[in-house]
Amino acid sequence: MAAARVVVAGAGMAGLRTAEALRAGGFAGEVVVLGDEPWAPYNRPPLSKEALKGGVEHAGVAFRQRASVADVDWRLGTAVTGVDLHGRSVTLADGSALDYDALVAATGVSARRLHVDGPPPEARAGRHVVRTLDDARALRAELVPGARLVVVGAGFIGCEVAATARLLGCEVDCVAVDSHPMVRPLGIELATELQRRHEAQGVRFHLGTGVRAFAGEERVRGVVLSDGTELAADVVVEALGSRPATDWLEGHGLDLADGVLTDSALRPVVLDAAADRVGPLDGVAVVGDLARFPNHRFDDAAWRVEHWNIPTETGRRAGAVLAAHLAGEGYEAVVGADWTVLPAFWSDQYDLRLQSYGMPSLADPDGARVLEGDLAGECVVGYSRGDDLVGVVGIGMLREVNAYRDRVGRGAGVPA
Amino acid sequence: MSLKVVVDMDVCQDHGQCVFSAPDVFQLDGEGHLVLLVEEPDESLRSACEDAADVCPVQAITIEG
Ligand SMILES: Cc1cc2nc3c(=O)[nH]c(=O)nc-3n(C[C@H](O)[C@H](O)[C@H](O)COP(=O)(O)OP(=O)(O)OC[C@H]3O[C@@H](n4cnc5c(N)ncnc54)[C@H](O)[C@@H]3O)c2cc1C
Ligand code: SF4
Repeated sequence: MAAARVVVAGAGMAGLRTAEALRAGGFAGEVVVLGDEPWAPYNRPPLSKEALKGGVEHAGVAFRQRASVADVDWRLGTAVTGVDLHGRSVTLADGSALDYDALVAATGVSARRLHVDGPPPEARAGRHVVRTLDDARALRAELVPGARLVVVGAGFIGCEVAATARLLGCEVDCVAVDSHPMVRPLGIELATELQRRHEAQGVRFHLGTGVRAFAGEERVRGVVLSDGTELAADVVVEALGSRPATDWLEGHGLDLADGVLTDSALRPVVLDAAADRVGPLDGVAVVGDLARFPNHRFDDAAWRVEHWNIPTETGRRAGAVLAAHLAGEGYEAVVGADWTVLPAFWSDQYDLRLQSYGMPSLADPDGARVLEGDLAGECVVGYSRGDDLVGVVGIGMLREVNAYRDRVGRGAGVPA
Repeated sequence: MSLKVVVDMDVCQDHGQCVFSAPDVFQLDGEGHLVLLVEEPDESLRSACEDAADVCPVQAITIEG
């Protein structure tokens, strides 16, 4: 029998971690990683923070790779355009096909764009997004002192870019339909406080409003808000969240409503009764930002979580599961064992370090409470749903917030 | 070759995530700064140390040997 081949679609963090976990799980066959970017896997969080401030170089953000993956066949600059899940082969952009014994879907997400009138959605028109190294590089070149930046979207990435741009001497306006920056993941109390801190640093917020159009023709000159107000702009960043990269997986009856729905072994679930089978698909795993997987740590629902520790956690799970599958051990052994994940997230804005564990967004509307410290300084905020602590967030106070980490999830109770 | 852990202290930002993976090797001191407890941990801690290197958000940890 020829050596088995695993094909990994997507050369990001999740693809890398899965390749490493396949080796750790004893898989010695061929691993081919296909990535549409020209770069070996690199760390994205610095792209809105220190790397955007200092200078965006691949060498500064590239992931260290374990020695065990030195023989992986990295095919960079190669997009996957389709897949035949029954014939087990992927189609590449040049029309060629590549067979596999097992497949890893690790294509992540891409940045969402605003579809309104104005100059084209391109960096050279002054309209930027921040997802890739090349995006960050193009943006960095325009963040010169005195430049007028308008950030559309006040989530974490939007707020981080706003903070970095202030540190670089730009003028910054931030527009969002939400009532407060980062209010969806953090709740109103913390969001109000963080808004105050951004304003103290000179960021001007325009909240509860959408964008009607971008002014300018070849290049953006301004941002027109819902009420017709126009903000002058030399540079615009669209930080409106993401769109899972599932195009290549369409047409197989998978649930692609929000990323790819999987079971707890990270197998994609075929839902379409018209397809010739229903249920989880063996020999395929979905990892990282792309995966919507059940996490019994919180409840029985499946969630897609765009946090930095998810590629590592799901990659380890997928590598172990697929290595066992390819060794002929079957799924029973691994599927039975309960597998849960604690999402972890951090954010740096000015000299503030935010550290979050769990899923604060699941909290009851009045479920947020300061557990330690005070909101105006350093603090730990707990988020509860009924009797469960579903998340904790620290502003500073790292040791304190870390101490709550193991209590987050179903059944451990809310701290007194 | 024996296991050796190197932390680039110019890069480390005291995220403390390494502590959860390998508490016998990494700790935060009273001020919340990282201390490397052992530079050449026992071979039995290799996988814990590799996990710690994986979860460091700023890639400050290198495993040699
Ligand atoms: C600017 C920024 C800041 C962030 N900051 C934080 C933070 O502070 N804290 C935190 O916890 N998380 C943060 N994150 C989130 C974190 O970086 C992601 O969760 C992580 O990168 C997800 O990894 P992934 O491998 O699943 O997806 P990705 O990193 O998106 O990798 C997927 C790869 O697949 C490629 N691809 C897509 N389609 C195809 C195709 N058809 N064929 C071939 N290749 C394809 C993509 O180009 C990409 O290279 C941040 C993200 C960004 C963008
Ligand atoms: S995880 Fe990295 S940055 Fe954080 S304390 Fe450990 S070495 Fe330092």
